[in-house]
Amino acid sequence: MRKSEHIILSAGEKARRKILGFLGRSGLFAVTSVAALAVLAIIYFIARDALPFFREAGCSEFFLSREWYPTHQPPEFGARAIFAGSLMVTAAAVILAVPPGIFAALCMSDILPFGTRQVLKPVIEMLAAIPSVAYGFFALVVLAPMLQANGGPILATAWWAFALPTLAIGSVVAADLLTPERLAERAHRALRASLTGVFLLLSLGLLARVGDVLARLQISSGVNALNASVILGVMALPTIVSVSEDALQAAGRELREGSYALGATWAETLVRVVIPAALSGIFSAVLLGVMRALGETMVVWMASGNAAQIPKPWYNLLLPVRTLTATIAGDMGEADQMTGSAHYHVLFAMGLSLLVFSFMCNLAGEWVVARQRRKLRGE
Amino acid sequence: MRASIIAVGLLALGTVAQAEDKLILDGSTTVGPIAKAFAEYLMRQTPGVNITVSESGSGNGAKALLNGTCDIADLSRHLKDSEKQAMAEKGVKPVAHVVAYDALPVIVHPSNRVKGLTIEQVRDIYTGKITNWKEVGGSDQTIMVISRDSNSGTFETFKELVLGKEAKIKEGAEYAGSNGAVRQRVQMTKAAIGYAGLGFVDRSVKALEINGIAPSQESVLAKTYPIARELFMFTNGEPAAGTLAATFLGMCRTDKGREIVEELGFIPVTVKK
Repeated sequence: MRKSEHIILSAGEKARRKILGFLGRSGLFAVTSVAALAVLAIIYFIARDALPFFREAGCSEFFLSREWYPTHQPPEFGARAIFAGSLMVTAAAVILAVPPGIFAALCMSDILPFGTRQVLKPVIEMLAAIPSVAYGFFALVVLAPMLQANGGPILATAWWAFALPTLAIGSVVAADLLTPERLAERAHRALRASLTGVFLLLSLGLLARVGDVLARLQISSGVNALNASVILGVMALPTIVSVSEDALQAAGRELREGSYALGATWAETLVRVVIPAALSGIFSAVLLGVMRALGETMVVWMASGNAAQIPKPWYNLLLPVRTLTATIAGDMGEADQMTGSAHYHVLFAMGLSLLVFSFMCNLAGEWVVARQRRKLRGE
Repeated sequence: MRASIIAVGLLALGTVAQAEDKLILDGSTTVGPIAKAFAEYLMRQTPGVNITVSESGSGNGAKALLNGTCDIADLSRHLKDSEKQAMAEKGVKPVAHVVAYDALPVIVHPSNRVKGLTIEQVRDIYTGKITNWKEVGGSDQTIMVISRDSNSGTFETFKELVLGKEAKIKEGAEYAGSNGAVRQRVQMTKAAIGYAGLGFVDRSVKALEINGIAPSQESVLAKTYPIARELFMFTNGEPAAGTLAATFLGMCRTDKGREIVEELGFIPVTVKK
């Protein structure tokens, strides 16, 4: 084919290319819109079945009352305890999963040798491939009896295992950051060492104190908010680790080398340069973890005990709770859709609430990420 | 009379079945195992017969019968008034067939000192009036109340037979998604109380005497054990003699059917002669 044929086209060829281009673009557009339309359709159909409930029963009972007796005569649809249960389990799962997740990501991107990371990351990501019913079965058959038999010692051990390294690393980093730069090298080193020592001692005191309280706890029911949170945390972990590790990697070699070139220590580079640069990515990772924990159904249905109650005191994770997702899954079969009962529509109201909540989370996430980008660009 | 018609139906099956050799069942997870065992037996006996059994819960079974998406609905409770009404409006005529009896033993951990409770005590425990085992002669432990989820026929039956219309299960009660999960929770938890179908109760848990009567085949058939129920299969209109549906429903009165029902831990409707 000669070169000139490419440049000078006949009128027919021109039209043909135009049509093909248009068809290609519209085809791709249609495929893309399917995803967006699916989301809109989901919102429409859920809202359509949720609105009759609010019209019939109003909002006040649903959001304010704690009495959840959907099959009683007359039925009561107070979902406050269920909202609280969902929030509690999700929050605890995120608190349990985020610090180790970010630490693991940091370790893999900046601390461990590259070869180790290449092995470790796929292994952690494999956690995401385990079906949730397998997690649920583990929670019900292994974790729950274990928590009941010797919950106190297990909690204390877990506390030590997680808090000891966290606090140790935290002490070293804090001492490094708090030592003034202007001192002479010897004084600098001495001050840093003594500060580290003080922080470590304080941490040890805290560890022992809390560990002691935990060791004396008796867990009456192994299926409870804690059990569900631990499992949900493990399920959210691969997402958090993987996404934040990608973000930390994306911060780039130049940035790190620039930081070292300016005389920053390793800890300073990590805490003041790499983490801030990757913050929006880490935030997205945490948000994805929140969504995973909030939307998970099978595990909470099997591991949370499904008691529609607000624990007393509110932070007591050792009592059974009920979540929105588990309620929808558990009650859908009996809720009479043919007669259009309130019980059927209340489940859609719960679904709509979940949808609205994740939508708001997403929006907040987008906003934070956008703001962070602007800040990094120096605007 | 009816038994003989069914016997004729069984004999005639080979010739008649070809016209309608498909049967779809849906409903209770409690009745499901019986239906599945009957289906397996019939499909082995007469090749070409196809019977599908789904287990999506009593409520879904009733729904399926109402929508015409199943031929036989398995229910571990009787139809509710609302369901009957919806069926009447749609022109569906539900006919109840009792295929077996089931008892709901109240189960506790084997180490529990309590041997029996009255039905009122069980109710008070579930509604939260009694909260400690020592109030009913046990050791000083807070009672862990475990119930089936309110989606299950087992829950409905327990509510109807034990709690009554007015009572509500207390706020802190746990809900488990299956009979097996209830047993699992009770055998692992010293202070627990739960209930499950007779077929699910084994030596790993202790079944309590209710009003002084232990749950057993004899006490259920004699109707002395108070927490017992009939297991139903509902059809839309009485199935004509000789059809696959009639044969299927007749299974529970045959020797093989009785054997299957007993093996699954339920109580057959007729005693062996």
